[in-house]
Amino acid sequence: MRRYLVKRFLLMFPTLLGVAVFVFVLIRLLPGDVVQLRMAGEGGFVSEEAMQQERERLGLDRPIWRQFADWMSGLARLDLGVSMWTGRPVTYEIGIRFQLSLQIAIMATIIAIALALPLGTIAALYQDRWPDYAVRVFSIAGLAMPSFWLGILILLGFLIAFHWTPPMVYVPFWVDPWRNLSQLVWPALATGYRYSAVATRMTRSAVLEVLREDYIRTARAKGIRRKLILTRHALKNAMLPVVTVIGLEFAFLIGGLVVTEQVFNLNGLGKLFVDAVTQYDYTLVQGLVLLVAFVFILSNFAVDLLYAWLDPRIRYR
Amino acid sequence: MAIRALEVEEAAVTPGHVGRGVAAVLRFARRKPLGAAGATVVILMMLTAVLAPVVAPYDPLETHYDAMFAPPGAQHWLGTDSFGRDVLSRLIFGSRTALLVGFGASVIGATAGLIIGTASGYFGGRTDMVVQRILDVFLSFPLIVLALAVVAILGTGTLKVILAILVPMIPRAARVCRSSALAIRETPYVDAARTCGYGHVRIILRHMVPNVIPPYLIVLTAFLGQAILLEASLSYLGLGVQEPTPAWGLMLQGGAAEYAESAPWIPVFPGLAISLAVFAFNLFGDSLRDVLDPKLRTL
Repeated sequence: MRRYLVKRFLLMFPTLLGVAVFVFVLIRLLPGDVVQLRMAGEGGFVSEEAMQQERERLGLDRPIWRQFADWMSGLARLDLGVSMWTGRPVTYEIGIRFQLSLQIAIMATIIAIALALPLGTIAALYQDRWPDYAVRVFSIAGLAMPSFWLGILILLGFLIAFHWTPPMVYVPFWVDPWRNLSQLVWPALATGYRYSAVATRMTRSAVLEVLREDYIRTARAKGIRRKLILTRHALKNAMLPVVTVIGLEFAFLIGGLVVTEQVFNLNGLGKLFVDAVTQYDYTLVQGLVLLVAFVFILSNFAVDLLYAWLDPRIRYR
Repeated sequence: MAIRALEVEEAAVTPGHVGRGVAAVLRFARRKPLGAAGATVVILMMLTAVLAPVVAPYDPLETHYDAMFAPPGAQHWLGTDSFGRDVLSRLIFGSRTALLVGFGASVIGATAGLIIGTASGYFGGRTDMVVQRILDVFLSFPLIVLALAVVAILGTGTLKVILAILVPMIPRAARVCRSSALAIRETPYVDAARTCGYGHVRIILRHMVPNVIPPYLIVLTAFLGQAILLEASLSYLGLGVQEPTPAWGLMLQGGAAEYAESAPWIPVFPGLAISLAVFAFNLFGDSLRDVLDPKLRTL
């Protein structure tokens, strides 16, 4: 097991390098660049010379392998460089939005788990009876409804019923928890519903599978109370695939909320990504994509570690 | 289970056995009523899309400036939008866009994944290792981020949106098909084909791919709903299908606040259409998966 984990850990690096190369090349395939957009975008005539000077300042005139080497050597020192559009460090630009995206991701995860575990278990226990059908329809609906549309409906509902909109300005949780929550609970709900649907379905099928195992029958034959069988024998073993799904979805929430952020007018990582791409902000796009991929790979790894912790059979293999 | 899966597949694929095909469909409907309901909705949607000019009460592009923001009523069943265009007609024509993008992206994406995954599993060893690492790279982005990147490079429009959606689907399909291919590679008939001196391409396409069809179909149906959702998201952001093409995601544009007082039906109905379509595809896909391979849960 230890060897496997070490191997998994080491494999993270080639994957990240691949992501880095990929995004580096991809972003440079865009027609146009930041200098052209910023200077010529203002309408006036800009001399070719001035643009060339600006490109030199940003290092865009150098050969592509040189630019990549510079970026990599910066990365090795944990320096993501400076945004080509705002001139502020990439880490700063990401940092101020990361908080918001992370908070929504965490809240959505809590909502998802709180819904999925009980609903999925109930559905499995009452398989093919009405509670099961109700839960299944509820969760398939969650998968079918675009979460951004659910967001629109939530906003619409508040506007029509109470003439109220959630606050527009982000306030950190520790500054004003009430204001913070009244802004962020709604996007978390909209995304959490879909997320819970994925997790509910996984919980249901995992519990169903475990309930058919021999050791459950043995436990029943021994006369252990049903509740104990469920909590101690069934749920514990059914959690493995559920943990995987939750881990993967969580990672996607960090960078994948582009549309929901748009609906709720939130200034998060998704919006930052779209802005950075449309502004040809190479350094920012690179840093952002690398971060999202890193979070994803890391949570994959964390899921593996959790597996080992939850299932001793894996640990001792 | 494997035998049953083969049965279904054979019945569906072999030409000239119409009777058996019908029997398989009937058996599926009896065993999986929810799946059959989903399939029925999908078929109805296809019919609507094909017959759109006949079914739709108005031209989806025709503007009625005397009836802007008209509420749902006898004239316009689902109301009109800010240009006075009939919402119902736009929904009906929008199903063309949704199905075109959904099927186009899923079929091409899943098929490309099928071939890449099967080939990777067939060759194994170093080739497999390299392909897997490349797939890892693609898999470490959220779907929408990769799709946005493709749109940024190619630009917007229906065909480019299909491309943007199918690219992130390839590695996901390849992953699933590869794991089936790994098992098939060890079977005697692949060995036999190799001993006969057949080329790699022939063995992969003629001997392995047909046996990876069950997981392929599962992936394909799972993608259909996702592709429609993704198209709606991209179009909503203004980075997908472009006006005046009727598309459901596009119809949601404009924000809740703008319509709350004047015309709440404008954002409500397109969302319902998207949800219904994805719901139907998911129901069908779920049941198909139960029949073909119940072990395959993570998609």
